[in-house]
Amino acid sequence: MDVSINVLVVDDFATMRRIVKGVLKELGFKNIVEADDGSSALQELKKDDFGLIVSDWNMPKMTGLDLLKAIRADDKYKNIPFIMVTAEGQKDNVVEAIKAGVSNYVVKPFTPDTLKEKLEKVLS
Amino acid sequence: MDVKLINPFIDATMYVLETLASTKATAGKPYVKKNGAAQGDISGVIGLSGEARGTISVSFSEKCIAGIVSQMFGEEITGVNDEVKDAVGEITNMISGQARQRLEQEGRILKGGVPTVVVGKNHSITHITNQPVIAIPFESQYGGFSIEVCIEDSE
Repeated sequence: MDVSINVLVVDDFATMRRIVKGVLKELGFKNIVEADDGSSALQELKKDDFGLIVSDWNMPKMTGLDLLKAIRADDKYKNIPFIMVTAEGQKDNVVEAIKAGVSNYVVKPFTPDTLKEKLEKVLS
Repeated sequence: MDVKLINPFIDATMYVLETLASTKATAGKPYVKKNGAAQGDISGVIGLSGEARGTISVSFSEKCIAGIVSQMFGEEITGVNDEVKDAVGEITNMISGQARQRLEQEGRILKGGVPTVVVGKNHSITHITNQPVIAIPFESQYGGFSIEVCIEDSE
């Protein structure tokens, strides 16, 4: 797993960004950028090359699902691994995210080990 | 209100606090809330919609939430600050999500709204409804807290 990549963490709650960042740092990632919703994430994507996006689903202005769809529709970003970290664990949500091209799906709350395992799968 | 709707919220609350903050919570006996009961210093409230409508709230004393958030972040938090408010919103969001996932297994599909956080010494939450509000007290190593659930029966 290449830990030198830039990672974009997207969540409207600072608490969850902090928890996700904590796990990423434990795994050795150093280049972590935060955004508080999908539209600010798209602005961040323009500034640098990212090797991974970890995003919440429910956010104001632009949801994680809309962000995922926008990324998969854009030739510049469509191959970036995208992990959805969300409180929405209902079947319809998971199916919708898979259809939109999500790389993996983590239901909140999660243990650090669960997130690590999903990150390793996506980045190996 | 169908009492079978209550257990998923109790299970979700215990699961969220255990997974997120290594906090073991035990549920007391649920009761129908009368005015002024189930007070707290900080609460998260979330609306539910879909095949039934309702609200859930989670209320903590300052001491209890400081202990839980300290455990979550691995650093000592002494009072209610912006980080604690944010954490209560996220805890409420996760309890709503986990409970709805459990309700789905019983064939009940509900959607959750965006959480609101209320702060104030000994406040009480009013659920705007003509349905009974069920309060569930919990005990944890950081002190007591409570959740309140109010869901209209679906036809």
